[in-house]
Amino acid sequence: MEDNASPVIELQQVCTRFGSHRVHEGLDLSVRRGEILGLAGGSGSGKSVLLREMILLQRPTSGRIRIFGVDVATLDAAQALALRRRWGVMFQGGGLFSSLTVRQNVGLPLREHTSLADALIDEIADWKLALTGLPPEAALKLPGELSGGMLKRAALARALSLDPELLFLDEPTSGLDPASSAGVDELILRTHSLFGSTIVIVSHDLDLLWQVTDRVAVLGEGRVIALDTMEALAQHEHATVRAYFNDRRGAPTRGTRAPA
Amino acid sequence: MNSSPAVQSAPDTHQDLHGGALDAAYKAAQVHAPAATLHRGADGTWALAGAWTVNGLGTLADTDTATAVGSEAASPPPRVLDGSAMVSMDSAGAWVLQHLLQSHQGHHPEHGEKREQREQGQPTRPQLLGWPARAEALMQALLQALESDSGRTLAQPPQHGFLHRSGQQAVAGAQQALAFLGFVGEVGMALAGALRHPQRLRWRVVLREVQIGGFQALPIVGLTSFLLGVVVAYQGAEQLRNYGANVFVVELVGYAMLREFAPLITAIIIAGRSGSAYAAQIGTMVVTEEIDALRTLGVSPQERLVLPKLLALALALPLLTVFADLTGVLGGMVMARSQLDISFVEFTSRFGRVMQGSAFLIGIGKALVFAFIIALIGCFQGFRTHGSADSVGRQTTLSVVQAIFLVIVVDAVFSVAFNLLDL
Repeated sequence: MEDNASPVIELQQVCTRFGSHRVHEGLDLSVRRGEILGLAGGSGSGKSVLLREMILLQRPTSGRIRIFGVDVATLDAAQALALRRRWGVMFQGGGLFSSLTVRQNVGLPLREHTSLADALIDEIADWKLALTGLPPEAALKLPGELSGGMLKRAALARALSLDPELLFLDEPTSGLDPASSAGVDELILRTHSLFGSTIVIVSHDLDLLWQVTDRVAVLGEGRVIALDTMEALAQHEHATVRAYFNDRRGAPTRGTRAPA
Repeated sequence: MNSSPAVQSAPDTHQDLHGGALDAAYKAAQVHAPAATLHRGADGTWALAGAWTVNGLGTLADTDTATAVGSEAASPPPRVLDGSAMVSMDSAGAWVLQHLLQSHQGHHPEHGEKREQREQGQPTRPQLLGWPARAEALMQALLQALESDSGRTLAQPPQHGFLHRSGQQAVAGAQQALAFLGFVGEVGMALAGALRHPQRLRWRVVLREVQIGGFQALPIVGLTSFLLGVVVAYQGAEQLRNYGANVFVVELVGYAMLREFAPLITAIIIAGRSGSAYAAQIGTMVVTEEIDALRTLGVSPQERLVLPKLLALALALPLLTVFADLTGVLGGMVMARSQLDISFVEFTSRFGRVMQGSAFLIGIGKALVFAFIIALIGCFQGFRTHGSADSVGRQTTLSVVQAIFLVIVVDAVFSVAFNLLDL
């Protein structure tokens, strides 16, 4: 994966302030094509804010964000739309529209952005749902009728509906039991191998980080403290990183689960 | 380490677009992808070219065309799919291609023939030749999914007939009426409890509700009622002038506003203003599990949420009605002077002589009843919310519609009752 020079996401000296509160101070990060990158860090370390800045929901106070080589600060509306169509986002709470069935939710991006026939969109949506491991009956349910694990899967199916090159997952395993979390791990890996997307995961779940990520960026003190593989981070010297990764559940479990 | 070999070796032209030029990104999102084409050779080789993506599919994606193309010719079923000229493929493209394959192999999964054929021996899966690695992986995954029958589309359940629906609605309506009675009972219990221990009631909250639901509604209630008084006087003036009975406009405006219009228009405005707010507030609290939290903390949501609103409205609505009486009669006075040459002095002195206090009290009494209806319906519909943002909207709408409807029904009942009582 090192062969491809241009990074998919490149953050340079990103600063974010809310009033006098400084979230990011000169944060640098680059995400390579095809990798699965984890964003970790304690609560309030600015992970979610960073994610929101990457998906154009929020602007940093200063600094440059380039996605697919494009500086997002210079985009006009049409260009922003073009960019948005190339990524999929799975929100922490699912973000599914509660008035639409799961199938309509998954088909919505296709309906909005393509001229495909409705029947075809329904079929593709059902396929995407099957890919994420949902039973066929789930397609007709409303998001409110799904369990937490199914909701996450449905949200992932919607994020995948346009075959995105870049996938953002915000806390994909939060609120799930260990078995469902393991299912999500597997799902992310399968998605990665099928669509070849670059995946950015914001997560606290050390198990998930061990299982699926190629590299993990640890946020703290307004910047990226460490960026490395989990194996290397487990040996890291920095106090914050050590506190985060050691003496916690989910010490090296990689390999104990069946790989996807 | 996590990528399949497909990822590493992908000579996928998608990646050209990654290159970064802005217009390339823009183009990728627009319909400039090279059109997908399909050439069916007589030897069973299908040559695919162009971008088999949502943007490149064009007419190929049209399901009707797809079946037509598939069924028209007697060319042999495809054995080889040549993807060497294919630029890219996404899931929509893969799905359309498998549609074409299926219609050409003369079986649809819907007809159950597929299963038979499988028993007789799997129809040979066409060989994929020279495909981009990513596209091949995707296509194989799709074919596999279909063989395991998991890619089946469930139809939306059929709509029920008119009879079925009206029956369902009747039952639901009856259940809702029963539930409302139950709710009124619960609130009654809470009210009784609060009357025994008035110190438990949060009077500060009651006053705040009075301010929000009552004081802040003064301008809109006053203006509406003023205009209503103008309209009543204006309509009456036309008729009264014909009989030379100009001065009776005082009775007309007085009784109409005090007995009927002031309480009614105030109730309707407050139902739209405060009733909906109650439903939305409580509904959102249900969605965010705040109501459940209250219950588990041993706090009765009826006492904590409903009673303050109920008491506040029971205080505010009659007072608002007094204000509406004032501005309504003022509107009538203004109109009487400009249309019927009745001066303010003449109007007020006659108003004092002919109006009975009972008209005023009846209006205020009705307002009190309306206040209970609006607060109870608003809170009740809020509590009936379940699940989602969508439901909050629906219950809020219902609260306004039902409150206004009930207010008017009760008003009609009052009219009949007062008539019988000779009031």
